Amino acid sequence: MPKLTVNGVAHEIDADPDMPLLWVLRDRLDATGTKYGCGIAQCGACTVHLDGQPVRACQTKLGDVGTAQVTTIEGVNGRVADAVQAAWRKLDVVQCGYCQSGQIMSAIGLLAGNAKPSDSDIDGAMDGNICRCGTYQRIRAAIHEAARSLA
Amino acid sequence: MLNARRPSPLPARPSRRGLLAGAGALVVAFRLDPKAARAAAGPNLADVKAQPNAFVRIGADDTVTVVIKHLDMGQGNTTGLATILADELGADWAKVRTEFAPADATLYNNSLMGPIQGTGGSTAVANSWFQLRKAGAAAREMLMAEAAFRWKVPVSEITVADNVVRHGPSGRQARFGELAASAASLPVPSEPRLKDPSEWRLIGQTIPRLDSVAKTDGTAVYSLDIRRPNQVTAVVARAPRFGATVKSFDAAAARKVPGVLDVVQVPTGVAVIARDTWSAMKGREALTVAWDDSTAETRSSDAILAEYRERAKGPGLTASERGDPQAALKSAAKVVEAEFTFPYLAHAAMEPLNATIEKAADGGYDVYAGFQFQTVEQATMAAILGVTADRVRLHSNWAGGSFGRRATPTADYLAEAAAVFKASGEKAPIHLVWTREDDMAGGYYRPTVLHKVRAGIDAKGAVVGWDHVMVGKSIMIGSPFEAMIVKNGIDSTTVEGASDTPYALPAYRFGVHNGREGVPVLWWRSVGHTHTAHVMEVMIDELAHAANVDTVAYRLSLLAQAPRLSGVLKLAAEKAGWSAKPREPGRGLGVAVHESFGSYVAMVADVTAQDAAIRVNRIVAAVDVGVPVNPDVIRAQVEGAVGFALSAVLRNRITLKDGQVQEHNFDAYEPTRMSEMPKVEVHIVPSQVAPTGIGEPGVPVLGPSIANAVFAATGRRLRSLPLDLSGVKGA
Repeated sequence: MPKLTVNGVAHEIDADPDMPLLWVLRDRLDATGTKYGCGIAQCGACTVHLDGQPVRACQTKLGDVGTAQVTTIEGVNGRVADAVQAAWRKLDVVQCGYCQSGQIMSAIGLLAGNAKPSDSDIDGAMDGNICRCGTYQRIRAAIHEAARSLA
Repeated sequence: MLNARRPSPLPARPSRRGLLAGAGALVVAFRLDPKAARAAAGPNLADVKAQPNAFVRIGADDTVTVVIKHLDMGQGNTTGLATILADELGADWAKVRTEFAPADATLYNNSLMGPIQGTGGSTAVANSWFQLRKAGAAAREMLMAEAAFRWKVPVSEITVADNVVRHGPSGRQARFGELAASAASLPVPSEPRLKDPSEWRLIGQTIPRLDSVAKTDGTAVYSLDIRRPNQVTAVVARAPRFGATVKSFDAAAARKVPGVLDVVQVPTGVAVIARDTWSAMKGREALTVAWDDSTAETRSSDAILAEYRERAKGPGLTASERGDPQAALKSAAKVVEAEFTFPYLAHAAMEPLNATIEKAADGGYDVYAGFQFQTVEQATMAAILGVTADRVRLHSNWAGGSFGRRATPTADYLAEAAAVFKASGEKAPIHLVWTREDDMAGGYYRPTVLHKVRAGIDAKGAVVGWDHVMVGKSIMIGSPFEAMIVKNGIDSTTVEGASDTPYALPAYRFGVHNGREGVPVLWWRSVGHTHTAHVMEVMIDELAHAANVDTVAYRLSLLAQAPRLSGVLKLAAEKAGWSAKPREPGRGLGVAVHESFGSYVAMVADVTAQDAAIRVNRIVAAVDVGVPVNPDVIRAQVEGAVGFALSAVLRNRITLKDGQVQEHNFDAYEPTRMSEMPKVEVHIVPSQVAPTGIGEPGVPVLGPSIANAVFAATGRRLRSLPLDLSGVKGA
């Protein structure tokens, strides 16, 4: 039976190894903070971290996760995560909020590897995350704000 | 448990049966024409009854829970509505919580929709303004009366602020939570004193949204996140053409897919019920369905537009007429003639349509979804399930966007959920999930529309006549509301924003032909204004250029009787550093101004247009929404309107080929992305006029401001959406 470690907790999952991690998280583990948006890696709503790296859970098969640590919005923590979430709240980024789990996971991934991202770094890291409410201006500002608070 | 009720309510909310006692009978007086509704109901909004019981509960722990009767699909109305009540109450914002109201049109109808509980037309704040102020003020006076009684002091000496009731002279004070239980039994004052604007502490201030924390840590519950005990998931195979029906199906292979539990036929197709979403989708892939296309729409969108073009040669039904534009145009010094076309648009909210339904021990039904039209949705599901409406209990969740899609006159996806549940034998709770592909190809689009305009000016540049014909499918004709809101064949939601143009056009006619194609259409964030504002604002721009007058000055000359429109136009122009001169080659400014849903918005777009690429650098917006209840939410809605509508201006279109939708996911129908987002500045006009909405009004002016900027930058006049510079010759 495939094993999966999510937010530090090990699970045995009774599912087809081809099942995307997205549906394992949402339907088998009831970890619904990770969202379904498109199923084809076009929107980034399902972004989670595998060993700290942002990936699209809709394109990650359960059987391919192996021993990698899965981190979702429910479990992400640490200095960078705290700064990103605080900036999101300070600037009231969210509207409908549905895409924001994925936006935040991508932003944490960006800032973890780039302490002071430029606007074009932000474009590069965030262009795969769609926000239909159009909160991009505040997402950009919040990433800069988080970077400032981490400096 | 979800939405667990907090203990110690202020006054207990009486349980009431819904208005619609008959099983799903949609016999309701319905009014969805915001303008007519406002004209009819506007003066009465202030006469609303004080109903603190319906809208606020104060717990012994001092929390203030405001009941939200509207769907919050991101527009922030939860925060705005709570602000209004909390300010009148004298609440401490840190103690304010919200919960979504149940379906109960006797308490929670939208005052601008008659007896219907629903959200749309940017009415949430507008219809609730006096209702929530009165509710908050009444609760405040009840708390004051309780304190005066306890302390044996005159109520006139009591003050309230930050969840504390004080008697200054004696220094006594009490928290709301200490008084609430006793205060609840006091009579409700029928005419509580409303605060003077000078006493407001929350309204007009930038205070934090109430949903920011839950929406940044994964705990906010959307409909797609509902997990009931033993819940299963259904996806439905629907016809590839609108109007087709199931001829036959073979479920043998689908039933063999691991996790698939059942396959059932429903009116909209064939449902595959499975242990989880993935298995349901795999099961559907294995399903074979033969469709009967004999009643289906089989044309391509090009053919539908070609039919529209032909019909536009005739005058159509008269929606608006003054003077004799035909005669006036004969005497005009210059005539501009133009055709505008608009494609079907999908709403494409990030959370696809979905709902969970289960049968309760008492024989009733519990449904979990993002309800936008509660009264209609409850009645429609009750009719399918064969019970009275009050037996279908609606539990509202945060909605991952909507832009109009979750409010359908047919309650389409909720009706389907009820049908799937019924066909399943009503055993386990069923979560009906539409995939992204289902959601995008599922119809209920912003209608495709064609406008044809001939407008003329005299030798001095003044408009002398304007002859306007449009063709487009009505949202209301064929719906249960047709009899109520379609007058003489004209659906006001089709023609709004043009038939009622504020421009002083001396001779004007607006004619409309109703489209007849079998494609389901619906309101899409700002409804008719999505196309009418574009046509009016691009045409006015063309006339200004024909007259060789600055386009801002030209508009102002035609808006002398429209001070709020003129106000936002001047403000946006000033803040943008308006100048008609190109700043550099290939870069220009364009302007547009429009009223929708009682709110006034002007935008100046700064655009770079080179070769076939259009880049929007900056948008400066000015808005007048009356009292700005929460300025930061207003700014966010205008910023968001730009981000939302930009992709519709630049590239989005739903097309049909032989009746089949060609765009199924975000690769073919790509929303705006981060790297395309312009800088947006929002300036708010100070006002003490009763507030109107801002969920939609930022959308209509974006397209024309960009199209007009493209003209300023390139001399090319793009009239149709999406804007396409690739095939256009210089004007």
